[in-house]
Amino acid sequence: MTIAIELRDCDLSYPAPHTDQPEQLALHIGHLAIREGDHIALLGRSGSGKSTLLRHLRSQLPYAASWCPQESSLVPQLKAFHNIYAGGLDRYSGLANLKTLFLPSAGRKAEIGEIATALGIDELLWRKTDELSGGQQQRVAVARALYQRKPLLLADEPVSALDRQQGEQVLTHLLGQHTTAVVALHHADLGLRTCNRVIGLKDRQIQFDTPVDQLHEDALRRLYQ
Amino acid sequence: MSGTLRFFSQRRSLRRLSFYFALSALLCLALADIEISAPDPGRELRLMLAGLFSPRIADLTQWLDATLTTVAFALQGVTLAAALGLVLSAFYQRPWARRLAAGLRSVHEVFWALIFIQVFGFTALTGVLAITLPFCGTIAKVFGEQLEEIDQRPASAVSPGRGGISHFCYTRLPLALHAMRNYTAYRMECAIRSSVVLGFIGLPTIGFHLETALRTGEYSAASALLLTVLALVYSLRFWFRTRWLLVLVPTAFIARPVAAEWHGANLMRFLWECVPAPLRQDWPLEKTQRWLGWLGEQVLAGTWNTVLLAQVALVLTALFALLASPLNSSHFVSGWARRAGDGVLLVLRSLPEYLLNFIFLIVLGPSMLPAALAMTLHNGAIIGHLLGRHSDEMPAPPVPAGPLGRFAYFYVPTLYQRFLAYCFYRWEIIIRETAVLGVLGIPTLGFYIDSAFQFMRFDVAILLIGVNAALILAADWLSRRLRRQFLLAPPLARPALQVESAAYRRPLPGA
Repeated sequence: MTIAIELRDCDLSYPAPHTDQPEQLALHIGHLAIREGDHIALLGRSGSGKSTLLRHLRSQLPYAASWCPQESSLVPQLKAFHNIYAGGLDRYSGLANLKTLFLPSAGRKAEIGEIATALGIDELLWRKTDELSGGQQQRVAVARALYQRKPLLLADEPVSALDRQQGEQVLTHLLGQHTTAVVALHHADLGLRTCNRVIGLKDRQIQFDTPVDQLHEDALRRLYQ
Repeated sequence: MSGTLRFFSQRRSLRRLSFYFALSALLCLALADIEISAPDPGRELRLMLAGLFSPRIADLTQWLDATLTTVAFALQGVTLAAALGLVLSAFYQRPWARRLAAGLRSVHEVFWALIFIQVFGFTALTGVLAITLPFCGTIAKVFGEQLEEIDQRPASAVSPGRGGISHFCYTRLPLALHAMRNYTAYRMECAIRSSVVLGFIGLPTIGFHLETALRTGEYSAASALLLTVLALVYSLRFWFRTRWLLVLVPTAFIARPVAAEWHGANLMRFLWECVPAPLRQDWPLEKTQRWLGWLGEQVLAGTWNTVLLAQVALVLTALFALLASPLNSSHFVSGWARRAGDGVLLVLRSLPEYLLNFIFLIVLGPSMLPAALAMTLHNGAIIGHLLGRHSDEMPAPPVPAGPLGRFAYFYVPTLYQRFLAYCFYRWEIIIRETAVLGVLGIPTLGFYIDSAFQFMRFDVAILLIGVNAALILAADWLSRRLRRQFLLAPPLARPALQVESAAYRRPLPGA
């Protein structure tokens, strides 16, 4: 199977809060290959380097990956529609983008309406995002990632603000739209149900990296100890 | 309370800094020409007051025309400056954009006008350009800083790189737009003042008739014009709104087209005469040396007087601001008393320094005193108003005390950092204004620049304007260094972002 990206002997560090401070080692990676068709759940306690790994993967594939950051990072002054549309800015000309800001065409409305319906936010498209709840904002961010329309998805806890059932629905839909995906998740069981490969991070290393059906319960328990 | 703590931990350096500033101002005061030279200032003042309370519009059409011109220049100038400034601010990370903005704002609108009058005459084009160029520089700087202060996460969520114009419009501009709108409203207030001042050098705004009325002692007519200026500034809050501007801005451009009759030959001659005389006329070395010596004398005398007067004005401004700020502070006054107190500050800041200086010149006679007073009142009122408003965020003093005790032991120490930040920020502006007040006869740089224009020595005028710009850029640089060294809290490093219109204030959404 084709390899989408491969990392060898990589030292990743936390982003330094100030430029004059030394960077802190977050994660050492001996070897990691992400193949096309992999839907990877990235597990580990908070601070284990999940976000760091995702950020690094994004920097390696800047324009080839859809990106769904941990905080929704929406523009509160814009409507949900325009926040979602911002994911596709690169596909259209500057003039078309400016026009969409004031007069969105029927085609764009239909495209984004379809994405929104699948996520259950079609009613909210014409509201400013600072009027939305945390869960609604997160679904707008997911929709924005979907509208980037890249084959590869990098997502950092994309459904953390949704309830269990809704979270699984949204995540399944999100994964279904991308051939390859790396998703950091807080809840291991959600990952096991939706993904086909699972990577556990602990003590600045990869603890395990296996297909979901070969994962031992012990390994999972040790990861969170 | 962290403000108080910070003050005490840094008390030494801040105190020393203030002390040196006060000491230098005292030295300057000793060297400055400060005297009341008018034979009977009391009499003139009484006449003025009598006029103030009996305003009279002599010629209604003339008054209406001047008022409309004043507003049109300001509105057109600010619209163009905001549009150009926005474009420039999008590139504000680039050194060239910063340098262009700094260069544009280092030349005062009066000097820009004196230049453009030579080419375009006393026309709308001159008036609007003179406002647009320096305002564009200031607006680009403040918009640029506002764009740096916004949440950067939405932009990086959408694009890993810088992104182009589309990304700017979708992920950065909406976040800064509210702050930009408020700042533009403040610039509109400044533009009305500038528009009035341009009348004093001959453009057909209110200032033109105000100058005539004051010069000829028709104080009732002057009073009507003065009240018109105040009303214009105060009424901004009612009509400087997006909804109205959609109609007003196009109307202004159609009703008062920004145009002038000019000839290419005229422009070329002016540009040719801006080339320094020794080069242009191929002077012998000895004559050139004499010319350079003569020019050097003007540069030295002008710079010396500008710095001297600005230093005095800065420290007087600081004192006045500290003493006047309780007028707008909930810790000292409330209800009607506060509204009246803030009203006084609002009136003082609504009148341009140039106009105040002109009035004081008539009352007190020519010296540096009128200029120092004018700048103290105008700038002090601006800082005082802001300080008072900031004091509302402070908790009540921990120990009950009388007003004087509260002022000395609680109010001043807590606000001191902010106070210094504002003073440093006004420093550059005070030097700008000090230089310009020379046009009214004080021997600062503006005096020599104005004389050069009068004798048609455009080369000298341009050189002196350059010297003046360099002086302002130096003050700007020094003030930024001092702020960075002494004022650690990040919001204090950018006091320009805190300034808002006296008459136009809308809370941030959610605040």
